[in-house]
Amino acid sequence: MQVIATLTRSERQWALIILLVLFALGLALMAAGRNDPLAGHGALVMIAALAAIFAVISGYFTPEPGDERLDHYYDEPSKIGLVLAMAWAAVGMFFGVWVAALLAWPDLTFDAGWASFGRIRPVHTTGVIFGFGGNALIATSFYVMQRTSRARLPDQLSPLFVLFGYNLFCLLAVSGYMMGITQSKEYAEPEWYADIWLVVVWVVYFVIYLRTLARRNEPHIYVANWYYLAFILVVAMLHIVNNLAVPVSFGSAKSYSLFSGVQDAMTQWWYGHNAVAFFLTSGFLGMLYYYMPKRAGRPIYSYRMSIISFWGITFFYMWAGSHHLHYTALPQWVQSLGMTFSIMLLIPSWVSAGNALMTLNGAWHKVRDDAVLRFMMVAAVFYGLTTFEGSFMAIRTVNSLSHYTDWTIGHVHAGTLGWVSMITFGAIYASVPWLWKRPAMYSTQLVETHFWFAIAGTIVYVFAMWNSGIIQGLMWRTYNDSGTLAYSFVDSLIAMHPYYIARTVGGLLFLTGTLVGCYNVWMTIRTAPRTSTTGAEPALAEQPLLQPGE
Amino acid sequence: MTVEHDTLLWLSKSIGLFYLIGLSVAVMVYVYWPSNKKRFDRAASAILHDEDRPTEGVK
Repeated sequence: MQVIATLTRSERQWALIILLVLFALGLALMAAGRNDPLAGHGALVMIAALAAIFAVISGYFTPEPGDERLDHYYDEPSKIGLVLAMAWAAVGMFFGVWVAALLAWPDLTFDAGWASFGRIRPVHTTGVIFGFGGNALIATSFYVMQRTSRARLPDQLSPLFVLFGYNLFCLLAVSGYMMGITQSKEYAEPEWYADIWLVVVWVVYFVIYLRTLARRNEPHIYVANWYYLAFILVVAMLHIVNNLAVPVSFGSAKSYSLFSGVQDAMTQWWYGHNAVAFFLTSGFLGMLYYYMPKRAGRPIYSYRMSIISFWGITFFYMWAGSHHLHYTALPQWVQSLGMTFSIMLLIPSWVSAGNALMTLNGAWHKVRDDAVLRFMMVAAVFYGLTTFEGSFMAIRTVNSLSHYTDWTIGHVHAGTLGWVSMITFGAIYASVPWLWKRPAMYSTQLVETHFWFAIAGTIVYVFAMWNSGIIQGLMWRTYNDSGTLAYSFVDSLIAMHPYYIARTVGGLLFLTGTLVGCYNVWMTIRTAPRTSTTGAEPALAEQPLLQPGE
Repeated sequence: MTVEHDTLLWLSKSIGLFYLIGLSVAVMVYVYWPSNKKRFDRAASAILHDEDRPTEGVK
């Protein structure tokens, strides 16, 4: 195990202690759970801990790293995190295509309980949001915070703890859904024990970030770090509050939320919308503000604008969640409050999108030639489109047409495919050669291929859902002369069928692009550098400015 | 604990309002404070020169 060799002797000992505690916790869960599904998760934790213990032992007697390590950044967690992100992307998007196909052809559950829509749909959302997005955020945040602070991570063990601990959480989540373990809160499905584990991991993550910033050799904290830090801090708050629950017993996976009724709904959507804001926006804006200037070789168009939009986004988003609950039992004025803040959000969002696009002004030839930069450019365009659409859909009267229809699904995927995935793929393609000391990706042609698959997939998907959603919304509100609904629900479902097929095709295109990306990343890592490596480091530093055609 | 609608309304129309305005003013003052411009310009361009090891490039 190469990564163990980067740990000092005492860190290896601490790793073993932590893993033994984890093993004991798994054993305790298994014993307490008995016939409950909780016992299965106890076993999973034990196996994971055991595998990690073997890995640490196998590398235990490798020579310790010397003090010269302190002259370099600690990039092992970023490397592992990026590979895990690509792996989760492939798995999560595969489940996405499956669940999309399931809506068009319901027989695709193959009569298995674990393959029913209610179970594999959260496998898809958790796989892509937390597995793919989360790993990419953790990996790039370690990368960006070290470079922008010009300081090495404070130690070697805690970043690895965060990375592997987080992936254990994702694994517990996804395997739990298939066993029927869920809190039934969207994007917060994992049960109490997994939630507690995530809190531990997340607090360590937050502390690492603060410790690295405290060691920085730059006078000013670069804006990307602000966005990453807001992501870490606010996600901790949201996660803790929304998951306050009392388990039936310590031997049961089932728990009951502290909230009930409309308070529960409001807490959930305060969480849910801010998960979109701080998990899927803030952290990825941090990525954008580092990788886009870096790749384009130009400083951000307006640093001042980036700070203003930071505070705007951070402040306004907190209040926008109630727009998910228009026309419900939630008091009207709370709905109006959410709607108002959602509309105001357009300003900081467009300031960010505009700032990104203005940064590229003067570098459009690079956007044309370099697919990596083009991924980032498209991300900024989709960020602008999606935030406009989001503000629009939050208006109560628009929402009366769009809510509960596929328009919402289209909106979400414009954001996740067009914005979040595009910026992430851009950041991954930029980082991989820098991290593995390669002159470039294995194949720039395959990056180009991935780009066009991703764009085609996104457009097919989003247009299918826009059409489907608006037709659905209109059918549900069409009355006939006698004042009753003109269409039954099943009528609208039949009308959706062609769009569900189109959506599956769009998703499949996007997944194909991702698989091409996985192959390309893997080959870049596996293939030895094609040019001489002597004196590679200073030369590599200039790499982001090079273009494939040059 | 029950919080009445009127109480929340009062809070949002008084403290909430001034909190929002105060925060906006504070951010604007910080962003446009003349002596901060140098820091910002440096920060914006500092990320471009690399940097394959800590403290490298610190001036």
